[in-house]
Order: sequence, then C-alpha cells, then structure tokens
Amino acid sequence: MSAPECAVRNGRWRDRLVDVFIARGHIVDLLPADPSRDLGHLDCIDAHGALLLPGLIDAHTHLREPGQEYKEDIASGLQAAAQGGFSHIMCMANTDPVNDCAPVTEFQLHKASATHPHGPFLHPVGALSKGLSGKELAPFFELAEAGCVALSNDGIPVADNHLFRRAVEYSTGPGLPVIDHCEDPGFSAHGVVNEGLISDALGLPGQPSIAEAMQVSRDILVARYLQIPIHLAHISTRESVELIARAKQDGVPVTAETCPHYLLWDQECVRGYNTLAKVNPPLRTRDDVLSLRQAVSEGVIDILVTDHAPHADFEKDAPFAQAPNGISGLDTALSLTWSLILDQILGIKDLCRLWSFAPASLFSLPVNEFCAGSPADICIFNPDDSWTVQAKDLASKGKNTPSMGQRLSGRVQAMMVQGRLVYARE
Amino acid sequence: MHWAHSHLLTVSDLSADDIHTVFELAERFAEMAHRPVKKAPALKGKSVVLFFAEPSTRTKTSFDIAAKRLSADTFSLAQSGSSLQKGENIKDTALTLQAMHPDALVIRHTVSGAAQYLSRILSCNVINAGDGWHAHPTQALLDGFCLHQVWSSFAQRTLLLLGDIAHSRVARSDVELFHKLGVQLRVCAPRTLLPRGIDNWPVQVFTDPVQACSGVDAIQCLRLQLERQDSGLLPSIREYAQVYALRPALLQLTQPEVKILHPGPMNRGVEIESSLADSSKSLVLSQVSAGVAVRMALLYLFLTQSPKE
Ligand SMILES: [Zn+2]
Repeated sequence: MSAPECAVRNGRWRDRLVDVFIARGHIVDLLPADPSRDLGHLDCIDAHGALLLPGLIDAHTHLREPGQEYKEDIASGLQAAAQGGFSHIMCMANTDPVNDCAPVTEFQLHKASATHPHGPFLHPVGALSKGLSGKELAPFFELAEAGCVALSNDGIPVADNHLFRRAVEYSTGPGLPVIDHCEDPGFSAHGVVNEGLISDALGLPGQPSIAEAMQVSRDILVARYLQIPIHLAHISTRESVELIARAKQDGVPVTAETCPHYLLWDQECVRGYNTLAKVNPPLRTRDDVLSLRQAVSEGVIDILVTDHAPHADFEKDAPFAQAPNGISGLDTALSLTWSLILDQILGIKDLCRLWSFAPASLFSLPVNEFCAGSPADICIFNPDDSWTVQAKDLASKGKNTPSMGQRLSGRVQAMMVQGRLVYARE
Repeated sequence: MHWAHSHLLTVSDLSADDIHTVFELAERFAEMAHRPVKKAPALKGKSVVLFFAEPSTRTKTSFDIAAKRLSADTFSLAQSGSSLQKGENIKDTALTLQAMHPDALVIRHTVSGAAQYLSRILSCNVINAGDGWHAHPTQALLDGFCLHQVWSSFAQRTLLLLGDIAHSRVARSDVELFHKLGVQLRVCAPRTLLPRGIDNWPVQVFTDPVQACSGVDAIQCLRLQLERQDSGLLPSIREYAQVYALRPALLQLTQPEVKILHPGPMNRGVEIESSLADSSKSLVLSQVSAGVAVRMALLYLFLTQSPKE
C-alpha cells in the first residue's frame, strides 16, 4: 500500500468521525478521527465534522456543447457538477451536431479534459439513431470506442418499435446500455403541462400521464422479449411506477431513474404560467409525487439523475407554450435531495445508493465505497449550511430552476475527485 | 363605483360585485348607441393600443368603437400569424409597446398566458381579449350582460354550452362567470372535445345533446374549428353537424323562452342551423351590441378608476 499523500480529517461517515488517507487518487486508509494524530507533512482538508459522501454520479445531463454554448458549455457544466458534489456526469447526445459519431464524442471529451483535467469527469452518451431522427441506427461501435458509456435518443423518443428493438439488440455488441426517454410521442401530442386540472385551468395542451406509461410498457415488453436490459429515463408517474414494479417482480431486466424535481414538486408549480417549472415530462400530480417517493425508497426506481437542462434567461422569459422545457439541476441536486432526508423520505444510505453506488454499477463507472482501494471521490457536505438559491451562486449558465429564491438546507463545502480538490467553497 | 383592478386577465380576477358593476355601467353606455351623437368625452386624451396577434375583426372592431365612443385614441398593432410562427419574441414586442406609453393595452394572442405575461412587463392596464385556449373574459362579460338584459334574475336559470369545450377560451370564461352569477351550467360535446378534468368543473356534463338541451333557458353554441377532424377528434364535420348542431328538434326540448347565443364567427350548418341563428330566439346580434357597451364600461373603469401602479 502506498504511503498517504493527503488526508481528509474530521469527516462524518456512517455516524462516525473519520480521517481518510489518500494516495495516488485512492483511499489507502480510513481511521477514527483523532485530533491529536500528527499528520506532519500531509496535505490536509479539515471537514469540521461535515458529512462525507461518495462522489455523486449524474447519469443524465444536457451540457449543450457543441451547438448551444450560450445555454451551457462543457466547462461551465463541469464546474456546476463539481460545485454540486458530482465526480462523474453523463451528457446526453442532443447537441448540435448530435453526438452520433466519434468526432463529436472526442470533441466533448477533449473539451472536458482541457477545462477539468482532474475532474469531474465527463462520459458522453451516444445517440441511438443518426441525428436522433429515429430512422437509422447510429454507429454504436464507433461511439463506444470514442468513449461513450451508453446510448439514448433522449429528447426525441423513438416511436418506431422495430427500430427501437434493433437498437437494443445491436447495443449488446459494443456492450453499451440503452437509456430510453419514455414518452409515446403520438400520444403526448405536443402537451406542455400534465393533462388534467392544470391544462384545463391554464388552457394549455396537456400531456397525458399514460403517454409515459405506454412507452414504459413497450420497453418492458421489449426487454422481456429480448432479455436485454433497458434503462428508463426520468420516470414521473404512478402508472409507470406500477408497471416497473411488476416487471421487476417478474424478473424483466429494466432499471429506472427519476429526478429530484419529480420527488418535490407537482403541477401546481406551473400556475401563473411559471416557465421555470416547465419540464418534460411535465410536473405531475401530488399523487404521482407520493408514488415516486415510495418507489425511490423501495428501490423500484434505481437511481436519481438531474436531467440538468440549462436554458438562457431570455428563453424562459416567454409565454409558457413558447418557453423551452427544462430545469437546471446540477448545482442544487444534493440540497434538494437533502430536503427529502430531512422529511424522512430517504436516509443517507439511500442517498449514497441512488446517487452513487447504483449509477456506478449500471454504467460501469468507478465508485468510492470508503474502503482502501476505492477512488478518492469525496463530496464534503455540510447539512447545517442553509442557503438561498441565487443566480450568482449557480456555476451552471442555466439559472432556470423553480428553487430560485428559495431557502435550501445543506450545501456542498468541498469536492474531491481522485484525491484532488476540484472545488472548495470560500 | 369602485374598481380595484389593474388588469383584466381572466374572469377569476373579478368578484360577483365587480361583474354587476360592469353590467350597471354597460347599461348606461348601451343607451348611447341610440343617440344621434354617439360620443362622450370621458376618456379624452387617453390612448388605447389594440394589439391583435391573432386575427379577429369582430372583437377588435368592438374595442375600437368602444374606445372611440368615449373619445379615447386607439392605435392598432397587427402582428401577422407568420411572424409569430417565426418565433417573434413577445418580450421585444412588449417593450416596444411600453415605449409608446399607452394607458391601456388590449391584447389578443394565440398563446395561452400571453396577456398575463404582458401584464408583468407593462405598466399600463392590460385587458385580455382572448389568449389561446385559456380565457376570454370580455366575451363572458358580454354574454352575461346580454342575458342580464333579458332575464330578471340569474337564479334558477340553466345555461348550456354546446360544442368544442376543450379548446374554447369562451367556454372556460363563460363557466367561471356564470358560475359566479349563480347560473346552473351544463356542457355538451363529444368526449374528444371535453377537457380531461371536466369533472372538476362546476357543470353537468353531457355527450348527448338531446339530454343536454332538455329544460334549459339558454344555449351558447361554440364555434367548431374545422381542422379538428384532421387531428382525429372527430370522424367528420358532417357527423358532428348531424348530432351536435343546434337544430329545431333540440329546441323542442328546452324552455319555451329559450335564448340562443353564439360568440361568432358562426359556421352556419355546422354548430348551428342557419334558420335558428336568425330566429327570434337568437341573441347573436344583441351579443355584438352588448360587446361594445361592456367594453366601454371596462375601458371606462380601467382608465378612470383603476389604481395606478
Ligand atoms: Zn428525456
């Protein structure tokens, strides 16, 4: 075992105060904290009793580069990730041009390593179909070799069942998991809010909750028929949860994710045409929120993701139907999740599973299990630090979050990736 | 007379008292239409911008006449459908309007919430003349005023809204207004043209016009957008007309003194049989006159009584 090069002192891990010793980017030892211990020459960070969490993994972000750098670029997105406690993030392919070939993947990886050589690390998700058109398969082997870790048509769901089946089959060649955006595009029919009370009151086209469940059903049938895993993106409804729970009981290889916003907010947030709460799938009913909370705590939903979708202020400052979908999520994800812990909906163990251990195993990414040999990806999180969300505090260029101006409890104090400090709050 | 509102965005902004204030004032202004000189100086020196981003001759003319009868100056700002489709930025349009310092802005827009959006940016009074599927409060007020003129009271009265409810801002605003006035409400349409959450509305819901018409005191026929059949909501216009058009056989089932309304423009033969539109039971032309009087009342209230920000 190498001699330690640095240490994180006085961090809380599993209800104990510990000192973590690190060398060559990995944890070499974990000892009960001892203030009298002489660490002499070691580079030390004092966590002052704050919580230590494994580096978070976000399997679903949109970084907008190439093509829409005014909304976000890889540098600002990775900065937001660092500030949010993430050590690895996966970016979706709906850039311009679409990430459907090696040069785009390589460009993204190059930008990431040029601006954030020590992390957080970027893992591109390749397109499922060329140009996301849903007509022809993208070159999966080429994308895998260039560095993609998964495949998805996210943003534009694949309506053609045959093509989707072929994509799932072909993805086993390079061994990349398929992530599906669950929305039957014919059935959702341009709905911009959840169909029901809110669409009625605001006179906006509604998106029925079962437009999602229909695609979820299809994916479950395909996964069962082919016996190939499919990962279901940003689940938002009770119907979907019920389908997934039953499929899992039956041994169908599906996994699923949801986002903090579907666990916290319902369609009422949209009243007054609040475009900051405009997101796809739309915010649903309180009943859906409650169902999702249960699904997350019981493991029916496997992982949490941000679906970080940054937009420029002027784009959200528009009549509701004309504003783009999306909530900027990287900066606030952990504080929002913490509110679920304060409400006793989740525990800290769940948090580690949902944001780190489970996504790492789903997408074969490294994970810190706080034992010797683990990568030293450590998020130092102070649960007592409450803060009011203000545009200037978000590293993302996207300030589009319904929590703007709200007071949140708990904040990332520092972020370490592979033993290096990549963010520290002044 | 007391008017505490800066904007009229939806009927929900108004109390039943507010609605009666509008009716009382409209009654006085309606009388002006019969004078040789149809002009009063009440709003002299005030400027009203008519911003119609969706074509509408009828409502625009009504506001224009209403403003001019009270001696306000009106300015029209057209925005063609095509430039909207090109993604013209409503914020820039709003700021341009603001720079002209109007006292009131009347807006018609294809996008739900457009009026509310402008009311947040502009410092003048904003009056919603119809936004998307959302609201058309002045239409509801004129429908209410029209029936107020023929009925002694709204109590014990039943109004049926017949036609496309789901995509109708008139239906949404009428339901809110007549509910506030204590009218019993019914709606009738094929299920494809009823909103999903209709059970939460304060209305009785029908899909069979024969049942729906039975015993009602008034029927508001709603315009059918003829392209609805292309979107799979209807098998054909012909079948719709055969079942859902207001026709003499349905009128047999109503109260004998039944009143027929239509916010216009009408598709004769589609949602209403032509002879009925012209019959003595029809209030369609009274609605037009009521529209001018109600809009005069509103402009008067907003430009002389409303709190300045
Ligand atoms: Zn998506």
